[in-house]
Amino acid sequence: MNQMTSPSTLPHAPASRKQAASVEFRNVTKRYGIVTAVSDVSFTIEPGQLVTLLGPSGCGKTTTLRMIAGLEMVSEGQILIGGKDVTHLSAADRDVSMVFQSYALFPHMSVLENVAYGPSVQGIPKKEAYAMAMEKLSLVGLNGLEKRAPSELSGGQQQRVAVARALVLEPQVLLFDEPLSNLDAKLRRRVREDIRELQQSLNLTVAYVTHDQEEALAVSDRIIVMSNARIAQTGTPRELYEEPADLFVADFIGDANILSGELVSVTGPLALVQTGGASLHLPHRGMRPGPVKLAVRPDAILIDEATSSSGAVAGRVRKASYLGTQIEYEVESPVGDLFVVQYGRKEPIAPGAQVSLAFAEGRGVAIIPSA
Amino acid sequence: MSRATLGWIVLGWVGFALLPWYGFDRYADPALSDYLVTGSGLVHGLREAWWLLPILAPLLMTLRPALSSSRQSDSTWLIASGALGLALIVIQGFSIGLNGWTTDILKTIFGEPGPSQAGMGYGAALTSTAFLIILCHGLAARGWCRGDAFVTSSIGLVIALIGIFVFFPVSAILASAFADNDGNLAPLEFVAKFTDRSIWGLDCLTSDLRCGVAWNTLFLGLLVGVGTTALGLAFALIATRTEFRYKKLLRVMSVLPIITPPFVIGLALILIFGRSGMLSTALWEWFGIPRSRWIYGLPGIFIAQLLAFTPIAFLVLIGVVQGISPTLEEASQTLRAKSWTTFLTVTLPLMRPGLANAFLLGFVESLADFGNPLVLGGNYEVLSTKIFFAVVGAQQDQGRAAVLSIILLAFTLGAFRLQHAWLGKKVYTTVTGKGDTGLALPLPRRVAMASCATAIPWAFFTLAVYVVIAIGAFVRSMGRDYTPTLEHFLTAFRIERTEWGLFFAGSAWDSFFATVKVAGVAAPLTAAVGLLTAYLLTRQRFSGQRAFEFGTLLSFAIPGTVVGVSYILAFNVPPIEITGTGFILVMCFVFRNMPVGVRAGIATLSQIDKSLDEASLTLGARSATTMHRVVLPLLRPAVVASLVYSFVRAMTAVSAVIFLVTAEYNMATTYIVGRVEAGEFGLAIAYSTALIFVMLLAIVAIQFLVGERRLGRRSSSASTGRAPVPAVSS
Repeated sequence: MNQMTSPSTLPHAPASRKQAASVEFRNVTKRYGIVTAVSDVSFTIEPGQLVTLLGPSGCGKTTTLRMIAGLEMVSEGQILIGGKDVTHLSAADRDVSMVFQSYALFPHMSVLENVAYGPSVQGIPKKEAYAMAMEKLSLVGLNGLEKRAPSELSGGQQQRVAVARALVLEPQVLLFDEPLSNLDAKLRRRVREDIRELQQSLNLTVAYVTHDQEEALAVSDRIIVMSNARIAQTGTPRELYEEPADLFVADFIGDANILSGELVSVTGPLALVQTGGASLHLPHRGMRPGPVKLAVRPDAILIDEATSSSGAVAGRVRKASYLGTQIEYEVESPVGDLFVVQYGRKEPIAPGAQVSLAFAEGRGVAIIPSA
Repeated sequence: MSRATLGWIVLGWVGFALLPWYGFDRYADPALSDYLVTGSGLVHGLREAWWLLPILAPLLMTLRPALSSSRQSDSTWLIASGALGLALIVIQGFSIGLNGWTTDILKTIFGEPGPSQAGMGYGAALTSTAFLIILCHGLAARGWCRGDAFVTSSIGLVIALIGIFVFFPVSAILASAFADNDGNLAPLEFVAKFTDRSIWGLDCLTSDLRCGVAWNTLFLGLLVGVGTTALGLAFALIATRTEFRYKKLLRVMSVLPIITPPFVIGLALILIFGRSGMLSTALWEWFGIPRSRWIYGLPGIFIAQLLAFTPIAFLVLIGVVQGISPTLEEASQTLRAKSWTTFLTVTLPLMRPGLANAFLLGFVESLADFGNPLVLGGNYEVLSTKIFFAVVGAQQDQGRAAVLSIILLAFTLGAFRLQHAWLGKKVYTTVTGKGDTGLALPLPRRVAMASCATAIPWAFFTLAVYVVIAIGAFVRSMGRDYTPTLEHFLTAFRIERTEWGLFFAGSAWDSFFATVKVAGVAAPLTAAVGLLTAYLLTRQRFSGQRAFEFGTLLSFAIPGTVVGVSYILAFNVPPIEITGTGFILVMCFVFRNMPVGVRAGIATLSQIDKSLDEASLTLGARSATTMHRVVLPLLRPAVVASLVYSFVRAMTAVSAVIFLVTAEYNMATTYIVGRVEAGEFGLAIAYSTALIFVMLLAIVAIQFLVGERRLGRRSSSASTGRAPVPAVSS
């Protein structure tokens, strides 16, 4: 599957082109009139990585993606693809393909014609273009449907046609603009796994826009969290989850309880933090003694019906929801209302019950540095 | 440095150094050698026309990026040389005319009369174009329009063409609105002419006197706009959404009036309803209803314009109705809306761009129409005829004509403004990249009934008018002598077999061939420029876009009579001296009829999801390829509309060309008008019938060549939905 016969006849592409390319933004700004959609953004996507642009709607992530594609031109700054400056190149001149949110399948062409469109506009003979298209169609598992019109396919199938069409030129960089937003939840999980598998087996550089943090955590090598036209944080899914840079990231990636605490002392890499009577040893992340904010993941709070243990916070269960694999609680406590997730328990604690809460120090609790 | 840029640099040199810089010398008989090298700008410049030599500087500047390639400064060099070259050509062209310096300042500085030069020729045109394109390529290299040289060049080219063939003539004639007859500035005279009682009077409301010509025009325009939109919608709904058995016939019939020279409908109406018309005579003889002159005036013009302009509304609306995604209507139905509610709340609002466009076209067409008010107007005066008589009538008052055309222009632009406000910023995208399966809803009963009730009687009426025209061509003299004859056709289209081959002896052949030639050249050009403009307006964002849109639509707002006069004023002297050629006719048609292509294109394009173009771009297709492979196939209804419209208008236009025709390029319509003036009605109608027949053939050919849009929707008859069935069956 990895051994794709690359057509050496591609006019503007070097013959050996299994090389994935990097994407680099250098201080890129995009303005529409007085509105700044993307402000002074710099990042690098390493070759062969899948990087997600994550953020709420209107944060500039789609604009960033479209600037990689060349569908929007930067107002300031530089874009490099594979180390080459492409800032002023038009979309057609960049070796980048895109899968659109609406799929953008040409309604007047069959599935095969859609997929063969890329090579055929490059001047590759029709027969060869169709062969390339058929190969990519079988890669996404659509054999036998090539004669159909796009409108005669299901949503998931249309999506795969869009992927096949984007892959057919074996671009240096592949872009996805919210590719799963038109699919149902079950299919979403499968398609995102397919995309990830495809990316890894073909060693593609992929930039992927989504507003769904779970989707981002599931598929990404790295995630770029954007907020208000700027990058809030960049990192691996785990870094973002465990060491959020600020309140926004802590809240946006996964759920988090934000607690106030007091940093008492710093010893080596660890700091002693007190919150609501509990004492925690946490990485200090550059913070000095004084008031701090903590991000506590719902599953890092250990809930116990026995209201005894010292160093624990007392609380009272207000709501409990049974979700099969887990039970979710809302707990009142002196440090505030907490959202707690508990795994591996058969029966939920009844609302109204007094409980004691402890924090798992090893993971899921972190000092938020800039808050 | 792309290969295309290099090519244009070479062409720029070719235009300057090889091709004849000046147009045809009217006095000398040019030898072939004059046409190459010796007549070139370079040779002229070295001999006596020193003012051409500075153009060498920008040409040399283009060599710098052509020879060395340092990316960064390339664009600067290209922009600088392009802009400088254009500026130099324009300045020398406008400051040195046939009789020396053109402005008083230059005369006083350099002495009279100064050097003289003729109008520009192929060389100058090619070099100017090259400079323009080089400039645009430079701007693209700077990242303008997403770095797309095709887009910047298209914008540049369209702007330049509109500047030359719309703004330049218009400013020439408008300048005379503010001038007295000697050409001096006279604003007071303008105010006096503008506020004249014959224009703005409201006497008809209070007394028996006539209202001002401006109110007459406005009232007629509104009536016709509403009428054509309603009828066009009825026809479009019947043709696309019902099982009506004769819809093909309906479609052909509704297209008939558009291929009829305008005054022919007027003539036919007189032959039916006039004092000695067929119907009036019958009513008098059978029922004793007295003959009257009711057809002359508002009713006559209104009926004639309805007949003439409903097809335009139909052509615009049918594309729009086809484009509405059935899914949206299905969505409405699943929300428990009855089919009538769905029609009212979903279908109709989605047609808003189309309806607005159709109304606008009807309104504007009515304002600009010249033939029907001329024939049927009677005492009901409208602006277009008033302008015509101000120019050619006894008064010879250009200033008055200009004032009247400013008013006409204001009405038209007001209509555009209103339309914009009404449509607002809503999105009417209904053809998306997401495949869309759904069946078009059958029309609600009462809509179907209403459509049929209006469209079918109208179709019969249209038929009657054409029967009258057809009979008129084959009888000796309509109304008096009904003996069948072919003599009119023989006079016009006799072909004699002689020993040296066929000889086209009929009196109409010359004008016929000229007309077909001009129309055949103008139609594809018009469609191309119009759709390209629509594409630029809807798909690209660039500064000055509104002004650009205004410019493209301006030519439509100017009545033909004014266009004719303004072309004479602007293009009879250097630097652009093209009167008397077929070229000026072609350009006149292209820029008069282009707005229909623009409007149809915009209406269709605003229904096609933008990400389709973007998908094509990211797949490595350039804008030009995207146009060709993705946009054009989806634009087919608009392509057909604008091709048909521009071909037909070129064949049938009277008002503008009446000023521009020459012995060599006499157009069919002006020839027919001449026959009408000479009282040869039979010949006129026979010739018109022949024209109609030719245009019918052309329309069928265009439909066949362009084909229909395939959207891959299931048609309602394919219940299994398995086989891909072409979506549009009409």
